[in-house]
Amino acid sequence: MNILETIRIGLQGIAANKLRSGLTMLGILIGVAAVIVLMAIGNGASVAVTSSIESLGTNTLTVRHGTFGGDDDSSRTQFKDLTVDDALALMDPVLAPDVQSATPVVSAATTCTFGGSSYSTTVTGSWPSYFAASNSTIATGTPVTTDDVVNSRRSIVLGQTVIGELFGDEDPLGQQITCGGVPFTVVGTIEEKGSSGFLDADDVAVAPLSTVQSKLTGYGSLDSILVQATSSETATAAEYEVTAILDERHGTTSEDTRDYQILNSASLISTVQDTIGIFTVLLGAVAAISLLVGGIGITNIMLVTVTERTREIGIRKAIGAPKSAILTQFLIESMVLSVIGGGIGVLLALLATRITVAGVTPVIVPASVVGAFVVSVSIGLFFGSYPANRAASLRPIEALRHE
Amino acid sequence: MTPVIDLQEITKTYGSGDTAVQALRGINLQIIRGDYVAIMGASGSGKSTLMNIIGALDVATSGHYALDGIDIDDLDEGALSIVRNRKIGFIFQSFNLIPRTSALSNVELPLVYRGVRRRERRRRAIEAMSAVGLADRMHHMPNELSGGQQQRVAVARALVAEPSLLLADEPTGNLDSRSTRDVLDLMAALHDQGRTIVMITHEDDVAEQAGRIITLVDGTIAHDRRTTARSTVTS
Repeated sequence: MNILETIRIGLQGIAANKLRSGLTMLGILIGVAAVIVLMAIGNGASVAVTSSIESLGTNTLTVRHGTFGGDDDSSRTQFKDLTVDDALALMDPVLAPDVQSATPVVSAATTCTFGGSSYSTTVTGSWPSYFAASNSTIATGTPVTTDDVVNSRRSIVLGQTVIGELFGDEDPLGQQITCGGVPFTVVGTIEEKGSSGFLDADDVAVAPLSTVQSKLTGYGSLDSILVQATSSETATAAEYEVTAILDERHGTTSEDTRDYQILNSASLISTVQDTIGIFTVLLGAVAAISLLVGGIGITNIMLVTVTERTREIGIRKAIGAPKSAILTQFLIESMVLSVIGGGIGVLLALLATRITVAGVTPVIVPASVVGAFVVSVSIGLFFGSYPANRAASLRPIEALRHE
Repeated sequence: MTPVIDLQEITKTYGSGDTAVQALRGINLQIIRGDYVAIMGASGSGKSTLMNIIGALDVATSGHYALDGIDIDDLDEGALSIVRNRKIGFIFQSFNLIPRTSALSNVELPLVYRGVRRRERRRRAIEAMSAVGLADRMHHMPNELSGGQQQRVAVARALVAEPSLLLADEPTGNLDSRSTRDVLDLMAALHDQGRTIVMITHEDDVAEQAGRIITLVDGTIAHDRRTTARSTVTS
């Protein structure tokens, strides 16, 4: 008895009941597609958030003034400003060997206007090193230069979102815009970084620190210091060095009295990835349950098939079909149901993951495709084996007598 | 010469203890090659049980059965299926063709389970279909054929594997008189070609077609006589 013949007989059995076979396959199909698509969406979200954090630079630390959370501040007697001197101190090659640059940043929420259009954005006042530290590449024109900072020139470099809002398709270079009542000349543009829905990395306007402080924010505390580590591996070491230097300068004695906070983008990425990973696994688990339900559907329909075809099994046994032939025939029927169902499910999932859902472009996890397919085939084998075994164990005389 | 069927002191008991029913009470029967035997008996006489045992579908409770020189008594399920495949061609009252499968594929089936190659199988199946006069109905589904035609397909299926024994269980029970005639003529022709046939029936006129009539009563052989209808073909 050759295996090809058995497969042929199995296929005939499925073709004889197209609607029923189709519905059974649908169960597996939905399960497989759900596993792949949901995992892809979870993975896509993780990739999108990671890349948007990475667009800020993976080797950067942001030292922010003040603390997060509104706990009671009565114990804090001093709340020192974050100053340009702090930034300069962080560039000490002996105390902070892993720090490549430290860039002071102030920001002013203003409305910028050009001609008839206006747009609310944040004007960032900083140094030339800001562009490297924030992973910004100049597209056209020039960045803010040291000369601009020294001379407090009213030059400004714009991100693509601001350009789009103010200029439309017009070339912004050399144009005069007004931000918070102060006229600026556009000297450069920053290449598009892409946005990830919740954070628009292109909504920036960068001007010299000295200009922004004198015209917009005044000479209070810096908003933050952007610290660039020598590489992403040394980011954590740099974080310790920065902490040590600033604690010393600010007279911080314990973590509770610290008047600044350090955001490490590398650790932020891993935290976000961990969180999304948990949700992805949850989604996958829910989808896996639907795959299991699909498998039970196969068992159910195969049991019906065996009962319905008891007489046929009797005939086959009477004319000499060995037990193994009957077993294989029904196993193949259930495997074909699950393989075709799983196969179509994979195809459908590949198509479905081309669609962007809620700003998230699904990214397929290759292991989920292989896994879901293998599981669906195993389901065919596992859930088909009980009915198939029942069919193969029927006694011929009883099966023949079955009406 | 070894008889095709050699039954010695065959008994069959269903159930056990107080509820035990003895369907066969010591059957001794030899059927020689080329014979055409009808087994008769009222319902409950044990003729179906005897047919199941002869057909290797069931095993006797005690006694000894040799089919074509092979001891059947101690065979397991797997070996019995091989015996059924090679030695016996079944013809059932309700035709028992596999639905949604063409007549030709039905006829091929015993050869499929024997592992005969496709081309060879097809050739022999076509030959068998021609032998029963249905060469023009090979690709019809069972439900597209009349009762008589279905039974002739079943005969072709029984013949195709060249078995030692054709075992027919009420082959005309579901047929009208004309189809009954056709099928009986076909069986007679097969007997003339030297086939050994055992037919279970409860109709006297059908039984008269055979060369030997065995009547069962209460699980034992009550009568065993030869008729004048057919001579035993010995080869």
